[in-house]
Amino acid sequence: MRLQVNSELCQGHNRCMVLLPELIEADDEGYAVVLEDGSVPEELLHKAQLAVDNCPEFALTLEDD
Amino acid sequence: MSADPVQNQGPAPRGEPIYAADGHELPDDVYKLYPSSHGVPVADWATDFDHADPEYNRNAHEIWDELRSKCPIAHTERYGGTWLPTKHEDVRAIAYDTENFTSRQVIVVNGRIDPAKSPIGQAPPITSDPPFHQMARKLLLSQFRPNKINPLEGDIREVCRQRLDDLGEIEPGETIIDAAAQYAQHIPPAVISRLLGFPPEDDDKFRYFIHNVLEEIDAPPEQKRAFAMEFDEYLDAQIEDHRQNPRDDLTTYLINAEIGGQPLPHEQVRGAILLLLIAGIDTTWSAIGASLWHLAQNPADVERLRKDPDVMIFALEEFLRAYAPVTMARLVAKDVEIGGCPMKEEDFVLLPFPAANRDEEFIENADKFIIDREVNRHSAFGLGIHRCLGSNLARLELRVAIEEFINRFPDFSLPPDGDQTQWSVGQIRGPRALPLRIG
Repeated sequence: MRLQVNSELCQGHNRCMVLLPELIEADDEGYAVVLEDGSVPEELLHKAQLAVDNCPEFALTLEDD
Repeated sequence: MSADPVQNQGPAPRGEPIYAADGHELPDDVYKLYPSSHGVPVADWATDFDHADPEYNRNAHEIWDELRSKCPIAHTERYGGTWLPTKHEDVRAIAYDTENFTSRQVIVVNGRIDPAKSPIGQAPPITSDPPFHQMARKLLLSQFRPNKINPLEGDIREVCRQRLDDLGEIEPGETIIDAAAQYAQHIPPAVISRLLGFPPEDDDKFRYFIHNVLEEIDAPPEQKRAFAMEFDEYLDAQIEDHRQNPRDDLTTYLINAEIGGQPLPHEQVRGAILLLLIAGIDTTWSAIGASLWHLAQNPADVERLRKDPDVMIFALEEFLRAYAPVTMARLVAKDVEIGGCPMKEEDFVLLPFPAANRDEEFIENADKFIIDREVNRHSAFGLGIHRCLGSNLARLELRVAIEEFINRFPDFSLPPDGDQTQWSVGQIRGPRALPLRIG
């Protein structure tokens, strides 16, 4: 599974970064950036799903590779 | 508001506006003023609501629930015509629609700011519209990103502990404290004055300024003008002091900031500081107060937070969802129909994010506080381009304030003679007085 941030939609709420600091960080203005290629290891799948389910802007998605 | 049967003659009339061009004295930048309906009791929440009626915030959850089921977009003639959507879907649609709705005014009052103030507005970027909005917001976003804010945790904890120490001797089971006036109200002013580099002893002044901006919605024009001059004078003096003595703080940052290669005009520096002061204080102290009000009535939630501190990651968001303090507003930029309602140019629209957060169609068990709710797409900080830019700071203050309070007082409750909480008036909802018995 792969995480993607739609930067058109992201408004920098930072909910995803708090829930999934292993894979998401904030840029210089606080918008979400997915680290590396966004691939989600098995052990982080639940946290990744939480991050997706808590984005107020529906900017984060988890898709099949 | 007392129900006086003599006064209660049905909905308050909108009345004809007074225009500045007619030679009437109006507050600065206000070109049109509608008659006040202050003191006229609300006849019906669906057709005559008034967010300045003390009954509104006291009973907000019930009022929103009832409207959502019967009349999801309420209307009032007050303030020159105002709409109140209560469903998440409608609030969301309006928050994203920057074409049909302008942010020229975000506080519903009887006057209308001169349209010539757009797209910058009085307190950029909250009062700004695209494309200027993005430039003004960019300046501040970099100052409120997580790695700028997170290091403040220690200082905030210190502020909270000091306030708890200052409560003095506590007699368990006897002592009643006011958790709003003696605790919550002091945390955000201390934090924002440090960030702005304003004198820490001016905290009381901030509370006075904010009360005037947010709660004196219906004050007469001469009073509003006198207040605006006093506030501007205070801010001008602070800015001048920073120009003479630059230092490492937000005020100096704004003085040195540029948009399009040009330094910000003085009015924009002042406007941005005004925004940070107004938006950074009342909102956060309201969230802290409302969360403590909840915990005072739900000891199991206090126990859970104390025994399982990891639950805070979800609890924090549930406090924000269930007791969201902030209702924003927009002005209708051009006639538009939303949810079958004909919104007319220059009508106000309140955007009650707290009501949207309690919409059953949007979130399950919307009326229940679930401390470990895992799926929680609440919109307490707004949606779209105007998302609260201080949300990282607000969350940090709220979390630390709750943690410190429950660590100091594992057992607290409403007073034995019942709930004596006084709720605010206007668009920011939170306790203004919150007597709690320390157990």
